[in-house]
Amino acid sequence: MMESFTAVVPMLCVTVAALAVMGAEAFRARGENLPVGGLGIVGLVGAAAASVLLWDRNAVSFGVIKADNFGLFVTMVLLLVGVLTIMLSAPVVGRDGLPKGDYYALVLFSIVGMIMMATANDLLVVFIALEILSIAVYVLTGIRRDDPQAAEAAFKYFLLGAFSSAFFLYGIAFTYGLSGSTRLDRVGAYLAAQSLSDDPLILIALGLLLVGFAFKISAVPFHMWTPDAYEGAPAIVTGFMSTGVKAAAFAAFARVFLSAFEPFSGDWAPVVWLLAAATMVLGTFVGVAQSNLKRMLAYSSIAHGGYLLVGLVAANEVGKAAILFYLLAYAVTNLAAFGVIALLGAREAANDELRDYAGLWHTRPALAALMTVCMLSLGGLPPTAGFIGKWYIFSAAVGAGYYGLAIIGVLTSVVSVFFYLRVVVMMYMADGPAATSAPVETPRVALAALAAAVAVIFYLGVLPARILDLAVASVATIF
Amino acid sequence: MIPLGHYLFVSAVLFAIGTAGVFLRRNLITILLSIEIMLNAVNLTFVAFGRQLGGFDGQIIVFFVMTVAAAEAAVGLAIVIALYRHRESLNPDAFTALKW
Repeated sequence: MMESFTAVVPMLCVTVAALAVMGAEAFRARGENLPVGGLGIVGLVGAAAASVLLWDRNAVSFGVIKADNFGLFVTMVLLLVGVLTIMLSAPVVGRDGLPKGDYYALVLFSIVGMIMMATANDLLVVFIALEILSIAVYVLTGIRRDDPQAAEAAFKYFLLGAFSSAFFLYGIAFTYGLSGSTRLDRVGAYLAAQSLSDDPLILIALGLLLVGFAFKISAVPFHMWTPDAYEGAPAIVTGFMSTGVKAAAFAAFARVFLSAFEPFSGDWAPVVWLLAAATMVLGTFVGVAQSNLKRMLAYSSIAHGGYLLVGLVAANEVGKAAILFYLLAYAVTNLAAFGVIALLGAREAANDELRDYAGLWHTRPALAALMTVCMLSLGGLPPTAGFIGKWYIFSAAVGAGYYGLAIIGVLTSVVSVFFYLRVVVMMYMADGPAATSAPVETPRVALAALAAAVAVIFYLGVLPARILDLAVASVATIF
Repeated sequence: MIPLGHYLFVSAVLFAIGTAGVFLRRNLITILLSIEIMLNAVNLTFVAFGRQLGGFDGQIIVFFVMTVAAAEAAVGLAIVIALYRHRESLNPDAFTALKW
């Protein structure tokens, strides 16, 4: 009996931490300051230890949660995102007057949803996990009640999120109706037997699921909510949702489409090809035109979703492992970049316009240097994590014969270097009042988180072999 | 017994009505209601397939969906109230602080 709980232990650790944070907040004396963020980190580290112990065991809980190495790799990425987010949030929560207990509890609950989504082996569980994480992130987006932009961003995110999950659910309904089950292995067995039929219902189910996932990973043309939600949310929440939500959604996307719907890859691969190309091109070229750093990074994260889709289309051994590696590299880099933006903000002014960064090197050299590393990694320049990630994605595309996608990817990467370097040039070469209202002191917790992120970026960029081997071993277990 | 196709047709029509409502109505509350119509269209599909296949899976899934829809509606209405406090309007065209 107890054995059936094995695979959900990482989730339970985070859930318990989240409940403890909520309880601590409820029974806190007025004015008392509790270290709830630390409590959250304890839960996340516990979950990470559990995931390490579960490695290579292929534990299954209740038939619907499968802690295989693929799921555990993504779980580890999500836990890393969680720890970094909490460390970077520490100064922001106090400065912006956010409700501390609510904030950390919501972050932890959404991480539970993300882990569940990455390890789910049943379409209904994917849907419920999606909603657990989405509902928590909708609230986090609008957690600054005094900011009209945040409320507007939360509503746009909520509206399109709920709209897309209805499509996703409709797709699940058809899949259930056809195969008689929502379990991925049974759906896969049914579809494999039907691989030569052209039942329109199968294609309808496939299309609806694809639309649902495309919304969540903000693939063009389903990306409309992304720039608004990312710009209106507090910077650190944007960092969290642009990495965590994307990683979880991609993990579920890859699991559903590369295992259960693999027999129909001839039908969905061309569509995803188009999505990937459109996402890379639009994300890059609209990103060039932005003057707000958060909005620019929102378009950049759309473009990065396109690169991940390239790995999904290629779908060879290299491609699948490259998706995992890229998720890790992108998550750490993007979160650190948004962390710097969050640290430079003030309660009254977000300081997130590009011109606010003029001359930052002269006033805040440490933050400027950290931001430079993040920008170089996002642009895919060696010796950073982003370079290795892109290298493997594009070599997977070439290996699978998708030369067109690889060429589009390389060209858009080159264009994207322009807007990443624009930030760097602004920080080092432009004179001007750099974000005068920004707090002068950078708290040590946040600085430690940024330093750790940069260490990971360089480690992945210089010595990627170990993590790549892990990624290859992870995908070998399920696909 | 009503054949499965009829149920699927009705639910597809409901889903289309909900989708159209999200795009065409100019009131935030009505838009939320349209999303509920979409979810209920899906529920009808699940129940219809459940009956066709025998067993209770389809019906049980509907309970999950209803729970999720309730949680979503609670958060959605709270966000609408927060928006209304800032703008005193429920017309989505009034919310233009961010480029749509």
